[in-house]
Amino acid sequence: MSLKLLLKVWRQSGPADEGHFETYNPDDVNEDMSFLEMLDVVNESLIAEGKEPIAFDHDCREGICGSCGMVINGVPHGPKKLTTTCQLHMRNFKDGDTITVEPWRSTSFPVVKDLVVDRSAFDRIIQAGGYIAAPTGSARDGNEILISKPTADLAFEAAACIGCGACVAACPNGAAQLFTSAKLAHLNLLPQGQPERWSRTVAMVDTMEEYFGSCTNYGECEAACPKGISLDFIAKMNRDYLKAKFRDRRYTHKVDTSDAGG
Amino acid sequence: MTLDSRIPPGPIEDKWTNTKFETKLVAPQNRRKFQVIVVGTGLAGGSAAATLGEMGYNVKAFCFQDSPRRAHSIAAQGGINAAKNYKSDGDSVHRLFYDTVKGGDYRSREANVHRLAEISVQIIDQCVSQGVPFAREYGGLLDNRSFGGAQVSRTFYARGQTGQQLLLGAYQALERQIDAGTVKMYSRHEMLDLVVENGRAVGIITRDLIDGTIERHSAHAVVLATGGYGNVFYLSTNAKGSNVTAAWRAHKKGAYFANPCYTQIHPTCIPVSGDYQSKLTLMSESLRNDGRIWVPKDKNDKRNPNQIPESERDFYLERMYPSFANLVPRDVASRAAKRMVDDGFGVGALKNGVYLDFKSAIERLGRETIEQRYGNLFDMYENISGENPYENPMRIYPAVHYTMGGLWVDYNLMSNVPGLFVLGEANFSDHGANRLGASALMQGLADGYFVLPTTIAGELANHLNEPAPSTASAAFKEAEANVREQTNRFLTIKGSRSVDSFHRELGHLMWNYCGMARNRAGLETAIADIGKLKDEFWQDVRVLGDGQSFNQSLEKAGRVADFLELGILVCQDALHREESCGGHFREEHQTPDGEAQRDDENFAYVGAWEYTGAGKPATLHKEELVFENVHLAQRSYK
Amino acid sequence: MLTDSARGARPLRQRRVRPRFWLLDFYGSAIGKKAVMAITGIVLLGFVLVHMLGNLHMYQDADHMNHYGEYLRTIGEPILPHTGFLWILRAGLILAFIFHIHSAATLTIMNKQSRKTGYKGGRDYIAANYAARTMRWSGVIVGFYILFHLMDLTWGVGGADYTRGEPYQNLVHSFQREPVAIVYIIANLLLGMHIYHGAWSLFQSLGLANPRFNQWRRYFAMGFAAIIVIGNCSFPIAVMTGLVDLPK
Ligand SMILES: Cc1cc2nc3c(=O)[nH]c(=O)nc-3n(C[C@H](O)[C@H](O)[C@H](O)COP(=O)(O)OP(=O)(O)OC[C@H]3O[C@@H](n4cnc5c(N)ncnc54)[C@H](O)[C@@H]3O)c2cc1C
Ligand code: HEM
Ligand code: HEM
Ligand code: SF4
Ligand code: F3S
Ligand code: FES
Repeated sequence: MSLKLLLKVWRQSGPADEGHFETYNPDDVNEDMSFLEMLDVVNESLIAEGKEPIAFDHDCREGICGSCGMVINGVPHGPKKLTTTCQLHMRNFKDGDTITVEPWRSTSFPVVKDLVVDRSAFDRIIQAGGYIAAPTGSARDGNEILISKPTADLAFEAAACIGCGACVAACPNGAAQLFTSAKLAHLNLLPQGQPERWSRTVAMVDTMEEYFGSCTNYGECEAACPKGISLDFIAKMNRDYLKAKFRDRRYTHKVDTSDAGG
Repeated sequence: MTLDSRIPPGPIEDKWTNTKFETKLVAPQNRRKFQVIVVGTGLAGGSAAATLGEMGYNVKAFCFQDSPRRAHSIAAQGGINAAKNYKSDGDSVHRLFYDTVKGGDYRSREANVHRLAEISVQIIDQCVSQGVPFAREYGGLLDNRSFGGAQVSRTFYARGQTGQQLLLGAYQALERQIDAGTVKMYSRHEMLDLVVENGRAVGIITRDLIDGTIERHSAHAVVLATGGYGNVFYLSTNAKGSNVTAAWRAHKKGAYFANPCYTQIHPTCIPVSGDYQSKLTLMSESLRNDGRIWVPKDKNDKRNPNQIPESERDFYLERMYPSFANLVPRDVASRAAKRMVDDGFGVGALKNGVYLDFKSAIERLGRETIEQRYGNLFDMYENISGENPYENPMRIYPAVHYTMGGLWVDYNLMSNVPGLFVLGEANFSDHGANRLGASALMQGLADGYFVLPTTIAGELANHLNEPAPSTASAAFKEAEANVREQTNRFLTIKGSRSVDSFHRELGHLMWNYCGMARNRAGLETAIADIGKLKDEFWQDVRVLGDGQSFNQSLEKAGRVADFLELGILVCQDALHREESCGGHFREEHQTPDGEAQRDDENFAYVGAWEYTGAGKPATLHKEELVFENVHLAQRSYK
Repeated sequence: MLTDSARGARPLRQRRVRPRFWLLDFYGSAIGKKAVMAITGIVLLGFVLVHMLGNLHMYQDADHMNHYGEYLRTIGEPILPHTGFLWILRAGLILAFIFHIHSAATLTIMNKQSRKTGYKGGRDYIAANYAARTMRWSGVIVGFYILFHLMDLTWGVGGADYTRGEPYQNLVHSFQREPVAIVYIIANLLLGMHIYHGAWSLFQSLGLANPRFNQWRRYFAMGFAAIIVIGNCSFPIAVMTGLVDLPK
């Protein structure tokens, strides 16, 4: 069954351009298509007309790589809950719908082109401490560290974050609390993560605050998150940060490792 | 030139240990004098770059995604194998070694596979210490599941996201080194050529995908970990961006391409729903544990599957393979499904699938159990197909999934071009003609964390106190000029057809003539047709926009141009290999009952192809495979 | 040539070089400010509750009310001078207000910087309720209301005839002017909204969220807001309806 749609897509040739909406009426849109396949179809006809196709990030198209992401009718990743844009299918829309498509909006996610934004600020947060320092080959047997199933499961739920940035896009404050707290929870919950727990928390939060807004507990991020990351992780991050701040600095200051191994 | 596989002497159990001892070392204080380029930051490249950085080398890492965390490795679902024998069900390094060689249909190198099995154990420890949240039992111990092609439970997993969790581990280690300054990360950079000077790999040419800058990067060694080429079929379970460009350009600069025709088809994917289809989605193999596969006995049975009585259903796997039934290996299950659909028994609107039915399982175990086991897969299926698999049987069909072939490497993972190393799916090394489930992640991490960091020192040590090659050299100038020339050419053809339309057409040819079953006539047609398509591409492709900005059509154009050339080589390799083995099935070579018929007399070798210039046929070099520890046998699953 | 570290966004603000004095460092972080906000918020919650309860005296009669007012001034005597204790309370209250407002203001600026361009095609709210989205406005208005309220009933410059030490009479006079009564009612409804989000949100800010009692946080906030609104709005209504009147 095919759909007639009115598409309003944000077009922006580059960071300098201030951008505008363009309107398209794709015919032959079919409800078994994914949202990105619908855009592929639009792009094919644009190319046929000699117009530049719409640029958008995508790779796995299976909802796991976190590349895709656009704000569809005012909601990051569109109307279907717990679904990335690439997994959103056209049967979630009705014949005759108007669909507005916009890139993530955040000062720290500058638009590269059309619907493509630069999310490298997320990498910067991970660089600050989003890891467990475990030089290759230094590991002991995996079963020497016992981790209760509930702990492992909770850590996994936090680790399920795909780094798509929808939380920032959804947050009216442009805050990256859900992303950062998910990574912190993943590592701070595990026994392996304890030695660096406090320095990690301080470094990641401080870096986050250099790029993103603060949290006033709107909960929009949780609602938009395709992986259902919970707000409780934000509370956990706040708790860990407060604890870290009331500790002796020697435990909470991150020492520079720039000559590691050298 | 002859292929020296550099397999160390001695009993197979000692080869790796001896290598570690005998390989030259680079002292810590000297490591920072070496510049190493790592292209690709998936499991293989990410783990390699992080480890080399940790050791103190100067590393430059490249990926085309906006972050290393998005590499295609992230899509892996099922799990990763390791011979830990935690379940004490008789597993051992030797058994994993044996299973892998057999699974590969006796077309892989014993020494490599044994090393892989040895290292598998360390991988799990390494990943646990990084905080990878593997599934645990209530007692706190690591959990295992069993996977196709093995009778032991040796697969470690993190729900349906093993790949993501392992990649995040490597990615985080990599980001740590980036922060420490030992690794310089170049994301959204695509490698467009390898620079070779007096026979040595000395650097690469890249394009900054954001502003189009063409850059020269030189190094003492270049490491490629750029993944598989499954997208030569256009439709595959690979990520849209997965490509052969890096490997292919290296091939054109002298690196041999080994066994390109070994491609793996995964039996349980969601069938194509229309010609707009952009990729295929894998449904984990584990579904075959509880699902029954069937088609209607009557070709043009228009009824809803639930109305078709048991007696009018053909459970063909159970019929043809009584003992393994629905659990036959990937290649066997795939070909059977193809036969059904080709004979017109296909189901669904397009008659392009077979049923995977959970009705009896639900009746037997109850919906809850099924929901627990496969809930997320069922949701994914419903999301994509719009059908509820609890009520109606799933429709599935095989799809291209993995490529065993790749750039030829010796035991040290160095290609025949000195200074050029190849890791992960991009090399041909360990899986022979067919890969077992949960073994690719293992190989990628073994290569990146453990093998390369040891073996690369042996090569680098020869160049101690030599500065990194100059990027002003003629070789660099020429390579950059070629890249610029090609980029401009795409933009100036101004033809009438989009890049994707060519890629689709190529995919059709590959799938029809070089897919699950191949024959001489078909392959010859394919080679001719792809040749024509290639010419048309260079006449008539339409790439809009310019080269100085973010231009996705331009990126695709380069990749499709390479796929077109690779496609021909794949068919040529398939044509020359007059036998059936693993993922390569030649209809001329099958047992009376339609099983793969190997020819160990004449084809127990690695076919490594050398590029001889545009339009000229590649020349074949053979690396004979010697089997001292497993004896060759015909696989049977009856 | 852009490397990863040169790419993309520049930091909007410097955080990783910290002031030496840990309190400044702490208050310098957004999470620290939120904690301060929550704690001052708790102080303010405590105040409005006690204040509301105290004002219930007016339902007894003028003397009780006025004595209560007078009593507040005498707490702590003779160790403390007259109104000494009250001033300590006031000092705490003033500090709480200052920090509450300062943190609110600075965080608001931080958030505006972080989202310079909004959604040109409009946006949809799924989780954030009206109260949450209007905290800043409800807060500011409550702030102005308090100023007015102080002028009216504490400093006696609100226009109604005012006699120091006779809060009961002052109140009745003040509320007998309908517009003033209306202002009080509206202001307290806004305060209720502010508390509805605030009293829920503060647990999250202090990291006290826990799946086990998360839904109770909602009930608590609702209950608290309801009590304050009902209590405080009853006073002007009582006066307007003549239920509470000047003593004969
Ligand atoms: C759906 C699916 C499920 C799978 N499930 C499993 C499983 O359960 N178990 C298992 O063992 N295996 C599984 N596999 C196979 C396995 O995931 C892959 O073989 C493996 O992850 C490949 O890793 P890699 O590091 O070699 O390459 P990739 O992870 O593909 O990484 C390639 C890297 O190279 C970069 N790159 C590529 N070209 C260029 C270029 N020209 N310039 C610059 N950078 C470039 C990319 O940016 C990327 O960083 C699965 C595969 C698929 C498709
Ligand atoms: C007696 C009056 C007030 C009370 C009882 C009160 C209470 C609270 C509480 C409990 C919070 C939640 C803090 C948190 O989430 O951590 C809060 C938040 C807030 N307050 Fe107030 N407040 C009062 C007055 C004010 C005033 C006068 C202003 C501003 C001028 C203000 C502005 C804010 C803002 C902007 C927030 C939002 C912060 C957030 O949601 O996290 N408040 N208030
Ligand atoms: C309708 C509800 C209210 C009534 C009837 C009321 C009544 C009064 C009265 C009579 C006084 C003067 C006490 C005295 O001078 O002896 C007073 C003081 C005060 N009120 Fe209210 N009030 C109300 C609501 C509020 C609210 C909601 C706030 C704050 C958010 C508030 C804050 C104050 C403050 C700060 C003072 C000064 C206390 C002091 O003198 O130290 N009041 N109120
Ligand atoms: S928390 Fe959710 S929304 Fe935010 S990046 Fe991770 S997955 Fe995306
Ligand atoms: S939406 Fe924003 S305000 Fe906090 S709860 Fe989520 S980050
Ligand atoms: S494309 Fe990978 S998550 Fe959507």
